[in-house]
Amino acid sequence: MLTEHFVAAPHWEWYILAYFVAAGLSGGTYVIGTMLRLWGDARDLPASRLAFFISWPLLLVCPILLTLDLGQPTRFWHMLIDSRTAGLAFKSWSPMSVGAWALLIYGIFSTVMFVVALGETRSTPALLSRVSKVAGTLAGRVVMVVGALFALFVSAYTGVLLAVSNQPVWSDTWTLGGLFLASGLSGASALVLLMSRRRPEAAETDEKLLEADRYFIILELVLIALFFVTLGGVLSRVLSGGWLVLWLVVLAGTVVPLLVHWRPAWRQRISRNLGPILVLLGVLALRAVVIFSPQS
Amino acid sequence: MATPVGFFTDTTLCIGCKACEVACKEWNQLPDNPIQFRDSYDNTGQLDQRNFRHVRFVEQATSNPDKPIAWSMMSDVCKHCANASCLEVCPTDAIIRTEFDTVYIQQDVCNGCRDCIAACPYGVIGFDSQSGTAKKCTFCYDRLQNNKMPACAQACPTQSIKFGNLADLRKMAADRVQALQAQGVTQARIYGDTEYGGLHAFFLLTDKPEAYALPNAESAVLPGRNDVPGYLAVAVTSVLAAIGGLVAFRRRGERA
Repeated sequence: MLTEHFVAAPHWEWYILAYFVAAGLSGGTYVIGTMLRLWGDARDLPASRLAFFISWPLLLVCPILLTLDLGQPTRFWHMLIDSRTAGLAFKSWSPMSVGAWALLIYGIFSTVMFVVALGETRSTPALLSRVSKVAGTLAGRVVMVVGALFALFVSAYTGVLLAVSNQPVWSDTWTLGGLFLASGLSGASALVLLMSRRRPEAAETDEKLLEADRYFIILELVLIALFFVTLGGVLSRVLSGGWLVLWLVVLAGTVVPLLVHWRPAWRQRISRNLGPILVLLGVLALRAVVIFSPQS
Repeated sequence: MATPVGFFTDTTLCIGCKACEVACKEWNQLPDNPIQFRDSYDNTGQLDQRNFRHVRFVEQATSNPDKPIAWSMMSDVCKHCANASCLEVCPTDAIIRTEFDTVYIQQDVCNGCRDCIAACPYGVIGFDSQSGTAKKCTFCYDRLQNNKMPACAQACPTQSIKFGNLADLRKMAADRVQALQAQGVTQARIYGDTEYGGLHAFFLLTDKPEAYALPNAESAVLPGRNDVPGYLAVAVTSVLAAIGGLVAFRRRGERA
């Protein structure tokens, strides 16, 4: 049974859209970097390093965007510390509260893996090289995997945050967290692919990344279908007017890469960069239509 | 803790004079509204950071050609829910329950994240760009602390807005409904006895809640209902994505 809504919009707009994209891609690239180290071989290390190199700067942007979106930016720390008692402000049932903490903790892991990746490159100080060697041990791998769990959360929780509201569309579906995660992972694969064009040593992993991206895209398409089904009577709010254009971009960012794979002849005709660029545009369009359409 | 207090708003007594709006604006020093021409006598529009009270003019078509429109007036306000959606999601604990059992936004704690606005099912809370914080009816917290009744209830000339001990008000409301029904107003009903655990600002209505832009009992749900299903979807997606990653990234020597 769908809820009838009589609500006001929170006016979460461009900063939040940029944050959702940055968090999705940062978390996604960290997870891909981790999976390449866990299940790949030595030839995949450059691509893994590249993933961690991308993940960290994207993460740095996140708290800046969130702070700028606040009505009182100087009170950003109220998300973490109770300003009255100076104790910790943590509410497990509030996705915004959990997300603020997850972002902080994920930031530590992302920074560590950035340093590890940096230490693996040539001409780095001895200290960094030593850190990288520790990262190769079992303990180092455990740390990396725990970080990946936080990365998954950061990539996904934004969808749950929207759902835990009383806004039309957002609160009418349980799919948004999963959908943002699948889309974030797909976008992260595309971003690593694009960046590997400038790093030939990382291009060894291109085929694997393309394959992974296809799986993530299929997952995303299933979740988009579930998203539409769960919306029922409010579906028209996300499909009406100009929003259809954004859905076409989402469609291009999901279906075109799959078609290119299934029709190898197409690969010869179009640029190698077109697929990843379409995927990234789809990541942006998906979040834009989900964020803006219920508030319009 | 002080006795829980409440507002009982009897819409059958409201004449749409807006004295409550004026008194509220004056006491709380709220800014005036931008001039807008609306297709109604309701020139306030909605509850928000400027309007903690809003006299809603519910216009309904009738079958009587001499009186094609019937009005029901309702002085709307924050419901101060027992299970408040805004309080549930607020990440900074800026929204608290007071000793009077009302819901209050601490202006020096709120950082303007606006999660409470997304959560409030009644569209009560507004964002004040001047202060950078969320604002709504305070239940005249400062007046309550000084043993004064809220400004709106004091100003209401028809006693459509009644203020008092919550238990007494509920008894008064039940008696009033019974009296109206005995007089033939069979549609008379109370809104707010059960919704969100019981509202501290509840209403006597003569039509279904949706006619007054109030969610009915089925739609009056808390944001937290999507917490577990949302995270479950994330967990399942994570597992499927990890399987996808395993298949795609596994060592080349182990490929079939």
